Amino acid sequence: MDLGTIWFILWGVLWAVYFLLDGFDFGIGTIMPFFAKSETEKRIMYNAMGPFWDGNEVWLITAGGVTFAAFPGTYAVMFSGLYTPLMLILFALIIRGVSFEFRSKVDCPRWRALWDTCNFLGSFLPALLFGVAFANIFEGLPLDQNGIFQGNLLTLLNPYGLAGGVLFVLLFVHHGALWLAVKSEGDTRTRAVGLAAKTWPFMALVIVLFLIYSFTATQLFANYLIHPSLFILLLVPVLGLLASCRCRRKGRLLAAWAASAILIGGTTLFGVVGIFPALLPSSLNPAWSLTIANSSSSPLTLAIMLGVAIVFVPLVIIYQAWAMHLFRHPVTEKDLGYEEAY
Amino acid sequence: MDTVLLSRLQFAFATFIHFIFVPLTLGLSILVAIMETKYVRTKDETYKRMAKFWGRLFLINFALGVVTGITLEFQFGTNWSRYSAYVGDIFGSLLAIEATAAFFLESTFIAVWVFGWQKLSPKAHLTSIWLVAFASNLSALWIILANGFMQHPVGYVIRNGRAELDSFLAVIGNGYAWNEFLHVVTGALALAGFFVAGVSAWHLLRKQHVDFFSKSFRIGAVFALIFAVVVVLVGHRQGNFVAEFQPAKLAAMESHWKTEQGASMYLITIPDAANEGNSLAVGRIPAILSIMAYNSPSATVKGLKDFPKQDRPPVGLTFVSFRLMILFGTLMILAGIMAYAIRKKPVDAPRWMLRALIWTIPLPYLALEAGWAVAEVGRQPWIVYGLMRTKDAVSPLATSQVAISLAAFFIVYILLAAVDIFLLAKYARKDPA
Repeated sequence: MDLGTIWFILWGVLWAVYFLLDGFDFGIGTIMPFFAKSETEKRIMYNAMGPFWDGNEVWLITAGGVTFAAFPGTYAVMFSGLYTPLMLILFALIIRGVSFEFRSKVDCPRWRALWDTCNFLGSFLPALLFGVAFANIFEGLPLDQNGIFQGNLLTLLNPYGLAGGVLFVLLFVHHGALWLAVKSEGDTRTRAVGLAAKTWPFMALVIVLFLIYSFTATQLFANYLIHPSLFILLLVPVLGLLASCRCRRKGRLLAAWAASAILIGGTTLFGVVGIFPALLPSSLNPAWSLTIANSSSSPLTLAIMLGVAIVFVPLVIIYQAWAMHLFRHPVTEKDLGYEEAY
Repeated sequence: MDTVLLSRLQFAFATFIHFIFVPLTLGLSILVAIMETKYVRTKDETYKRMAKFWGRLFLINFALGVVTGITLEFQFGTNWSRYSAYVGDIFGSLLAIEATAAFFLESTFIAVWVFGWQKLSPKAHLTSIWLVAFASNLSALWIILANGFMQHPVGYVIRNGRAELDSFLAVIGNGYAWNEFLHVVTGALALAGFFVAGVSAWHLLRKQHVDFFSKSFRIGAVFALIFAVVVVLVGHRQGNFVAEFQPAKLAAMESHWKTEQGASMYLITIPDAANEGNSLAVGRIPAILSIMAYNSPSATVKGLKDFPKQDRPPVGLTFVSFRLMILFGTLMILAGIMAYAIRKKPVDAPRWMLRALIWTIPLPYLALEAGWAVAEVGRQPWIVYGLMRTKDAVSPLATSQVAISLAAFFIVYILLAAVDIFLLAKYARKDPA
């Protein structure tokens, strides 16, 4: 396997990991206004994300950084072409990020309500827009021969793009509900499990519809049809989907959350494999797509970056997993009493 | 207004606001780590309370540093796509290493530190804050190595119509960048010192929690003086680098128009770029510019007139920023001496001294921002010095797109920065737990 292909896979994996981690934060933020019955329950939800959301978000910075380092041509077109949605995502992430720190710092209901709104918008909008953006990438962007994006925000809000947005929101709501169930007790947990159970059939239906839509409206299955063995990869999200339901019913909530994580990662990778070897397929002319061949860095940079990734990524996974283990316990009333609690 | 100017304004504004919060993160993480180290060593609960009190201010400040940092990484792609495609082979890898090697460490262990007081042994907890301090400063190193490439590009070769990596060691061994890093970090440590000393002075004026804030003051004062001096020494070396690699920037910093041997400096200068000269220059100090730039009184300093017009940086802004940096830096040394002199019993110091120290808190902020203005404005018209012009680097965007996002940046960042500074002031005035 050549360096370009290795980096293509790593590129897809980084985005997948970002979605399966920050996805639960987005999910909890999205359901909060409808789910939380009291200030205490809201605080349980904030603190269920508390020690994690910042570390999760670094996966986005890394995915962006790796796009820049390994595929500068793609980085340049991806973020300038998707200028408006990306700016919206970034502003949404900004108001979400500060809401954690700011909310608890002034004891006034209107102040808290303001940051609750920010946290909701900062979770729901990125969930929706990342879905829209990636569905558009899977479908192909209107890129001309110079890699210039010939469209606007409305171009992206096409039916397939919106379907991707709905899919992401449902995936993340389900994912967030399961994480909240893991990190809470009593009534909150019961209702969180209930929400995951209620979301599941809709999510499963949208996944199936999205696959059918992809088959009819995009080239996403071309690689799979040429190499039918790739269909095994589709089993990953399908198994994740089924296992998340089964584990939830058995009350194994952490396992159900992990299965949901596999579902999200597998869904992302399904699309990434579908567009290979393009990172940004052009819908105007396949020859104008940004691919491994025409947008990657020099072999020297790719080799050095691979060395960096081999050393640091496992290390990151180890200490992030350790931190998750350290803070695995459900958030209790006692935890909310400490001054550092959100 | 065109896309280039709007994109430059957007990047400058976003970076300026980001950098209000970065230096305190760099410096205060180390001070908090030192306080907690004292707690673990001496078991004196005061130091634990100090780590918590200053740590809370650290976190309020950190929040805005983090969120405003994310947009910066993506702005290279959104607004400077031609630049990104041209130098991404080198520049992109430095940003990616920053994220994998430093940001993960910082963001994971800051959470471990915040939420781990009850879950970890004192030593493990102490380790987490040292990891945060280390990672914050490590991320500064990588981002400044990236900026150093823009200032003084090394280790590259032009191939396939872009700058490609030729020697990774040359890129990460870039002397210009390392000195720039030291200049920023020592400035940040001085800033944190003045911050801690100034906030402590506020409480000491009111004679509250005297032991707690005297101890804090002492640590702050020592840092303030030491690093106010060191940042100047490192800054002098930075001037040598600029003279060697960016002579047009040096000439603009001093509004120096005619090439001269044994070049002088003037205490008061008013640049007149339109007429390629200075409308006023009084208070001549002979040979000092040659000494500052090249460590030799007889060295020749090239004047702006000997650079083609299209290669000259904007003189007025570069000159004024440089003068302001020097002014604030000088005041920092004076304030640092004062703080150091009263460190043993600050509560008994004359009230005007304590009051003055509260007002010195903004000095290092202004000095650091002015320094960045010198570095970035003085680099113009290049985005990568000598290699790529800023006007050739911008994304193919509609002017309206950038105008709208710039307006959004203005509104959102100013509101959030105001809230953050309000919260910092509110919590700085609170009693320690």
